[in-house]
Amino acid sequence: MAPQRNRRPGFSRRAQYVLFLGYVAAALGALVGAVLLILSTFDPPAYAVARGALRELTTPVSSGLHWVRRGLASIPEGVGDYFGVVGENQRLRADIERHRGTVARARQLVVENARLRRLLAVRDRATETVAVARLVSASASSTRRYATLNAGHWQNVRSGYPVRGPEGLIGRVVETSPNTARVLLTSDPESVVPVRRTRDGAPAIAAGRGDGLVDIRSASVANLAFRAGDLFVTSGAGGLYPPGIPVARAAADSRDAAQARLLASPDALDFAIVHRPYLPAPTPPPPPQAAAE
Amino acid sequence: MNEPLRTGFVEPEAPLRAKRLAPLMVMAGSLVTLLPGVATVPWLPPFGLMLLIAWRLLRTDLLRIWAAAPLGLFDDLVSGQPIGSATMLWTMCILAIDMLDTRLVWRDFWQDWLLATGAIGFCLIAGRLVASPLSAHVDTALVLQIALSASAYPLIARMCAAIDLKARA
Repeated sequence: MAPQRNRRPGFSRRAQYVLFLGYVAAALGALVGAVLLILSTFDPPAYAVARGALRELTTPVSSGLHWVRRGLASIPEGVGDYFGVVGENQRLRADIERHRGTVARARQLVVENARLRRLLAVRDRATETVAVARLVSASASSTRRYATLNAGHWQNVRSGYPVRGPEGLIGRVVETSPNTARVLLTSDPESVVPVRRTRDGAPAIAAGRGDGLVDIRSASVANLAFRAGDLFVTSGAGGLYPPGIPVARAAADSRDAAQARLLASPDALDFAIVHRPYLPAPTPPPPPQAAAE
Repeated sequence: MNEPLRTGFVEPEAPLRAKRLAPLMVMAGSLVTLLPGVATVPWLPPFGLMLLIAWRLLRTDLLRIWAAAPLGLFDDLVSGQPIGSATMLWTMCILAIDMLDTRLVWRDFWQDWLLATGAIGFCLIAGRLVASPLSAHVDTALVLQIALSASAYPLIARMCAAIDLKARA
C-alpha cells in the first residue's frame, strides 16, 4: 500500500486549511458523539423519535425478508407433511379417542372452578390482547437485546406493554413509532421480570444475562433451593406482566440463584402477542393547587 | 504553485462514482441488522465499521476524515447501541489509523488486517462497556464475535478492492 498523499497538500493555503479543518471537524464529531452518549445514558428514550423514523423506513424491508425466510423454511416441512399425512391422521384419531375422557373431566373442572371463584367473589382482570404481529429483526451485532415488532402506535401498541409468544414471555415494548415498536427482550441484561415458581408459588426475580439465559433469584427466603426443571411463570407483581405467562425453566440444581432457559424462543417464525399492562398505571397525584393559591 | 505537482506517475484522483459508493456501502453495512431473525447473543460482525475501515485502508482519499462521525451516528440509530457510541468510537478509530499511517509509511495486507482487527476489537469491547452493565454475561459471545469479524475482514477488503478497481476502469 502506497503512503498516503493527502497529509502534505502542497503550498496551497486553501488546501492546508481544508485539511486542518477536516481534522477539527473529526475531533468535534468524536466530542459530539461523547456528549450524545452521555445524554443517552442518562435519558435512554431521548432519541426515540429519530430511531422510530428510521425504523418506519426499514421495517417494511425486514418484514419482506422475514416473509421470504418463512416461505423458504416452510418448504421442507410441507414436503414432510405431504408424505406423513396418512400416519399422522391415524395417530391423531387415536389421540382423540384416548383423550376423550380427560377432556370431559377438564370441562367439568372449568365449570366447577368458575363456580367456586364466583363463590369467593375473586375479581379477575382479563388480559386484553392489543395486537398480534411479528418480530422481524433484532440488534444482532449489539450486546443489548432489542427486537423490532411490525406493529406500533396505529395498532394501539404503547410503550411499556408486555409482549408474549405462544410458548411464553418475550419482553416488553420500550419505544413505539406509527407502525413499528422496539421490544426489550427478557434476555437483555437490563430486563427484570417478577416471577413465581409453579411448584409452590415461591416468588423470585428473573433477570436477563445477555447470553440468552436468565438468572432466577429468590425474592423471599434466602437460600431457596432450585431444582432443574422448575418452571417459573410471571407473578403479576408490579402490575405490568399479566400473571401466569410461562417465562423460564431452571437448567440445573442450585441454591439462591439459578440459571434458567427461556421458554419463548424469539426467533421462532411465529406471532408475538402484545397485551395491555395487567394493572393500569397509577394516575399521577393532582398538582397541589391549594398550596399555590 | 497552488496545486501539488502532477506528473504521469501520480495516482489519478478517485472517480466520483467510487466517492459516492463508499459511504453508501458503509450505511448498507450498518443495515445488515435488518436481516430477519432474532438473535439471542451478539454474533453479527459490525459490517458498517468493517466497510469503513476497509475503504479507509484501501483509499485514503475516498472518505473525508470527519465522515466517520455521521456514518457512526447512522449506525447507532439502527444497531441498538446507545446513540453516540459508534459516533465517538468510529471517529477515534479513524483518527488512530490516520496517526499510525504516518508511522508505517508502507503497509501491506497483513498490517491492514492487524489494524482492522484492532479497530474492530476496540469498537466492540468499548461498545459493550458503554451499552451493557458489567455484570452481563456477554463476554464469551463478544470474543467469538470479534474472532468472526476479524476472519471476515479479508473478504470485505477484497470486495472493496474489486469495487474500487471496477470504478476506476
